[in-house]
Amino acid sequence: MSDVDQSESIITGISGSPGICIGKAYLVDREGVNVIEKYYIRKEKLNDEVKRFKAAVKNGKAELASIIEDAPEELRQHVGILETHMALYKDKMLYGRTIEIIENEMVNAEWALKKVVSDVKGMFQNISDPYLKGRATDIVHVSDRILRNLVGAGDVNIAAINKRVILVAHDLSPADTSQIQLERVKGFITDRGGKTSHTNIIARTLGIPCVLGLSDATSLIKSDDIIIVDGKSGIVVLHPTDQTITMYEERLAQYEEHQAVITRSSQLPAKTADNVRLLVMGNIELPEEVVSVRDNGGDGIGLFRTEFLYMSRRTFPNTDDLFEQYREVVELMAPKPVTIRTLDINGDKAFSYSSNSDETNPALGLRAIRFCLKNPEVFKDQLKAILKASAYGNVRVMFPMISSIDEVIEAKELLKQSAEELDRKGESFNPDIEVGIMIEVPSAVILADVLAEEVDFFSIGTNDLVQYSLAIDRGNRKVAHLYHPLHPAVIRMVKRVVDVGREKNINVVMCGEMAGDPYNMPILLGLGMNELSMVPQSIPAVKEMIKKLNAVDSSLFLTDVLKQSSTSGILSIMQEAYGKILLENRTVG
Amino acid sequence: MDNSTKKLSKQVIILNELGLHARPAALIAEVAQKAKSNVWMIRNGEKVDASSIIDILTLACLKGTEIMLQVDDPSDRDVLNNISALFKNGFGE
Repeated sequence: MSDVDQSESIITGISGSPGICIGKAYLVDREGVNVIEKYYIRKEKLNDEVKRFKAAVKNGKAELASIIEDAPEELRQHVGILETHMALYKDKMLYGRTIEIIENEMVNAEWALKKVVSDVKGMFQNISDPYLKGRATDIVHVSDRILRNLVGAGDVNIAAINKRVILVAHDLSPADTSQIQLERVKGFITDRGGKTSHTNIIARTLGIPCVLGLSDATSLIKSDDIIIVDGKSGIVVLHPTDQTITMYEERLAQYEEHQAVITRSSQLPAKTADNVRLLVMGNIELPEEVVSVRDNGGDGIGLFRTEFLYMSRRTFPNTDDLFEQYREVVELMAPKPVTIRTLDINGDKAFSYSSNSDETNPALGLRAIRFCLKNPEVFKDQLKAILKASAYGNVRVMFPMISSIDEVIEAKELLKQSAEELDRKGESFNPDIEVGIMIEVPSAVILADVLAEEVDFFSIGTNDLVQYSLAIDRGNRKVAHLYHPLHPAVIRMVKRVVDVGREKNINVVMCGEMAGDPYNMPILLGLGMNELSMVPQSIPAVKEMIKKLNAVDSSLFLTDVLKQSSTSGILSIMQEAYGKILLENRTVG
Repeated sequence: MDNSTKKLSKQVIILNELGLHARPAALIAEVAQKAKSNVWMIRNGEKVDASSIIDILTLACLKGTEIMLQVDDPSDRDVLNNISALFKNGFGE
């Protein structure tokens, strides 16, 4: 925006991963490059404009060539696609046609290129095969690089960040975050997204602050601007004064000290004042995060998301690829349990080689167990990997997005077939592996008593359960504020699942974000939950809270909670009953 | 269609698993660019320029698709044969 205005300003967004960071902004602005002006070129200048375009193509190719050359050994397998990109630069349909448009329509090169690319994208729109349709992105990558060279914007290759920065982006796709050198990132802020967005999950995983849903951060903030990110309050301070910086530095020090204290005591079991023990486990996405679960005192892994190993590649991974990774996690965690959730593709985690981008409503589409049952070979490859890993520790397998008994029976049948195939090959595995399902669709709550007959445990995935029950997309800023896990309907649903679990004598775990907020502990304890799983960084604070509570009091408190008709009613009696304890736990950070 | 007698064609089939994605398309275009005349790929009446990766990609050919390769000038017989050889070995995939 304005170059002159350097006075301090505060931008408010949705609070994400907690923590504070102060540093230089690094703008990852792929959208920005798309804001292209059209202007006409005088006839005598047309030659220069074409030359300018050719130079941008040449520079783009040179940049890509050096990226290929510098690619580290472990990324060699991805280089093939970049070599194909090299050939695209001079492709008639891109190169030739852009020059034609510059000359015929007498317009600037950026506009001509944009026009060509949008025509090409249009042609790809009609392709029904998702993999081939996805190839449009190859062309977009190439044209983006040419455009950046035309408009003189630096390369936004996020893999090339060479200092510790705060990433500022419109939104980050899983593909973007997979190429970031994460140790160079202090924090994330994004224009879009909500608490459950991929960027926030990554931020929580890394234990760095994140603020989302800022609307126009990418237009207000420039690279190298000094900013402060306060994840917990959802605030970004742009051009802070020295005074503000000093204040936040103090807060940061306090926060880190507080974290250190609770982390130290978090290695002890979480027992309430009246000696009720809860298992507090970690959710992970990358095998490396096991370390974080252990450091934070996790009693196991309650949710191992397995989508990550399927991303950044061209074809589905095979059993051996997966097995190696699972085994590592299982061995590091043993004898504590590791619950592996089978593939849960969803809207923002579609793979290029099998995307469902033609679905208008992916959250209600072919995802998770539905996708797996439709692709039994892909599913069995994963099930075999999980079974093989079960020989190395305490493994549980869990199916996501179950909405009917047929899905459970069918999934178990495929598990049985996988086991038989392994058996024939003489591979070892645990034949009595515990099988569970995610309870995250309202129909599964209603049918809990029926489903319980088929499984060894339930895991309540509150993020999706709240989203599907309240019909709210948290990524949508207009309704995100209506999303609340302490909605009376949600509490009643959780209660039903826990009650069924007790009656049928099967274990009930909660692995959504609801389980990771210390604030919810009186209610969860009152409901009788005894296993929780959360981002590893939340484990210490949750354990700390549990130690301050009393199970008998909590269950009495729950009867009052169940009498409340609204979220605000629930919040207000919580404040009354637990205000002091909740405040102690919330003051810092 | 008056010069159709001079044209050469050859029928090919896609053998590799992922179909005509960017890499095979680039291989085809590289060879086609050496031709003196136009090189076409035709499927169900849809005709694309084989010297353009993008044009080839828009044909969206999956494994098992049959395609007619065509060169406008008989002197490009080698180009035609070389491209057809690429198809036969599944683009080395």
